[in-house]
Amino acid sequence: MSGLRYLLQKEFRQIFRNPTILRMILMVPTIQLLIMPLAADYEIKNINIAVVDHDHSTYSSKLVNTITASGYFRLISYGESYNAAFELLEGDKTDLILEIPQHFERNLVTENQQKLFIGINAINGVKAGVGSGYLSRIINNYNADIRAEWITPSKFNPIPVIEVANINWFNLHLNYQRYMVPGILVVLVTMVGSYLCALNIVKEKEIGTIEQINVTPIKKYHFILGKLIPFWVLGMFVFSLGLLVIARLVYGIVPLGSFALIYGFLALYLVAVLGIGLLMSTYAQTQQQAMSLAFFMMMIFIMMSGLFTPIDSMPGWAKVIAALNPVSYFVDVMRMVVLKGSTFHDIQRHFAIIGGFALFFNTWAVLNYRKTS
Amino acid sequence: MFFLNWPEELKEKPIDMKQFIAFVKKEFYHVFRDRKTLLLLFGLPIAQILLFGFALTNEIKNSKIVVCDYAKDDASRAIISRLEASRSFDIERSLMGHEQIEKAFKEGKVKLAIVFPEGFGSNLAHTNHAQVQIIADASDPNTGTTLSNYANAVIMEYQQELLQQVTLPMQINVETRMIYNPELKGTTNFVPGVMALVLLLICVLMTSVSIVREKELGTMEILLVSPFNPLLVVISKAVPYFVLSLFNLTVILLLSVFLLKMPVAGSIFLLFFESSLLILTALSLGLLISNSTDSQQTAMLISLMGMLLPTMIFTGFMFPLENMPKPLQVISNIVPSRWYYVIIKAVMIKGLGFKHIWKETLILFGMTVFLLTVSIRKFKTRLA
Repeated sequence: MSGLRYLLQKEFRQIFRNPTILRMILMVPTIQLLIMPLAADYEIKNINIAVVDHDHSTYSSKLVNTITASGYFRLISYGESYNAAFELLEGDKTDLILEIPQHFERNLVTENQQKLFIGINAINGVKAGVGSGYLSRIINNYNADIRAEWITPSKFNPIPVIEVANINWFNLHLNYQRYMVPGILVVLVTMVGSYLCALNIVKEKEIGTIEQINVTPIKKYHFILGKLIPFWVLGMFVFSLGLLVIARLVYGIVPLGSFALIYGFLALYLVAVLGIGLLMSTYAQTQQQAMSLAFFMMMIFIMMSGLFTPIDSMPGWAKVIAALNPVSYFVDVMRMVVLKGSTFHDIQRHFAIIGGFALFFNTWAVLNYRKTS
Repeated sequence: MFFLNWPEELKEKPIDMKQFIAFVKKEFYHVFRDRKTLLLLFGLPIAQILLFGFALTNEIKNSKIVVCDYAKDDASRAIISRLEASRSFDIERSLMGHEQIEKAFKEGKVKLAIVFPEGFGSNLAHTNHAQVQIIADASDPNTGTTLSNYANAVIMEYQQELLQQVTLPMQINVETRMIYNPELKGTTNFVPGVMALVLLLICVLMTSVSIVREKELGTMEILLVSPFNPLLVVISKAVPYFVLSLFNLTVILLLSVFLLKMPVAGSIFLLFFESSLLILTALSLGLLISNSTDSQQTAMLISLMGMLLPTMIFTGFMFPLENMPKPLQVISNIVPSRWYYVIIKAVMIKGLGFKHIWKETLILFGMTVFLLTVSIRKFKTRLA
């Protein structure tokens, strides 16, 4: 075991010797954790609307007032030309055009029926759906108000009403940061661990110092452990910085579940992630290769983790890829334990799978690392 | 003065076209010799554009929900069969109590629970008033609210139908047109974003190690003591990556049009021109990183760890930029792919011409000039 001790000493010295890298390892995740969750917000608000009013009646201006008063819409322009409004839509100045036809008020009263036209920039389909939903609801309410002005409601109103009680559990105020912070933290820790680990062995290969290690009687798994342990410690540290300092002090997020459970999972997860890094670096010959590979994997890990887009909505084959992605498990575990207070019983499947990953990748890395070429 | 004060060597040594070509050749050899990197360079954009193009969507569909039907009458069954028809839901029926619902949420199995109390249908029939409970796992606020909105809409629809729709007086109808994306496909929004992301990051990544690599391996010294203009060394580094990126761009465009069924409503020529501009911006950024660092590891950490997440988020294809807090909207302006995303949406989907995107083009151009100037200024002709 003394061989391992010296190796560890060497690795730690190498890490602490390079202040630029050390600073980056600590600064980059901290800054990103401070900024990114604020940007990652799905809530649709501030929908820009351009109104084309061919009527200019009391009713049309009342309708515009009702829409702006709702708080969801910002009136960007109010004019008479559809083409002018469409130009605004082309230039992304407005998301939505509402066209009120000529004689809207008069025809509504005399013909009992009128049509409004809504045009939406639907490139972002979800935003378009939500926006048109809001607007239709507002127009419906407005319609009911107008009707009430003209028709006195009968005293007995035999309309069946289904009352829906909507209840939100675990996140009463629908706070997005609570949801995003744990997930982004996972990604940052994964990046720190896997990049550094992937680049490390390759650097020794490229500079030639690996030869010196290869001619010593150090065992293969000692060498691998010597690379793994320092980055494992570093990953633990970065994670704690994120969870205990930034998440708690800045975002006020205190895990509902147990810390022991989170750290237990983290410990295992880091072994798996570092194993992937090691594996990459046993295959790569140059740092550039290792890095391209790490970049490729990392991008897939992040995009297919369910961090930003729901896994449930993916097609079947993509779900398989997500199931092979260790990041998706940790993102899931963090959200479950931190936000819902899930217990070991709830996440034992995650534990088993990550354990399997850890074993698989590290064994592969050890087998693939050859002292003689 | 910063921009005018060039290092002496840059002015002294002449620039010779023949030398430049020789340098570019050398760089091409470097790139082509490394087969593994080359394979990744070509494979990466293809794999990512296909994977993300098909898999990513911010729609919510196939979510598991549980229906607790204590009523088991015609009314509740009618609503449940409507819910089943929606592709947002993947319905499981069971009679859970509130504690079991909480447990199911904690296990992460279901996202929403709809509870019909006993006597739902008879209450509705006799007193014209009945209650339903919709409980959402709001730990994911987006999925939670979207699903409960969908469920609400389904129930409201049923209620409307009960009204038997006697034609109401003074009815305002709304005709909605979804412009640019009538089928509300997720790809229309995501593919341009993924294109911007992949093009930018790969270019930055590859160039960011180019110069620092020669520094680390010691070959830079040899280049600097030779009678070549150091400017040649820098510029010729970027040429092979520029050519490779143009090739990648072509492949990406072909895949998006033929496999992902993206429209190209505007001019292809304009699309290529703007994409080349983004590639140049990315190359300049890569050179700047390479010139300001002293080891490959640092360069890579900056271009990977420092840029990956910010580029993903601030390009604006996952989270609309206008939703972000003001200071972050300001920050997003320095991300080149954010401008490219606006441009590419305008050209590919809206079919607009240059006069609608000259501002964004000018910004990208300005960024390129700035980054290139700074990176050449930072290029040290004397190694420590």
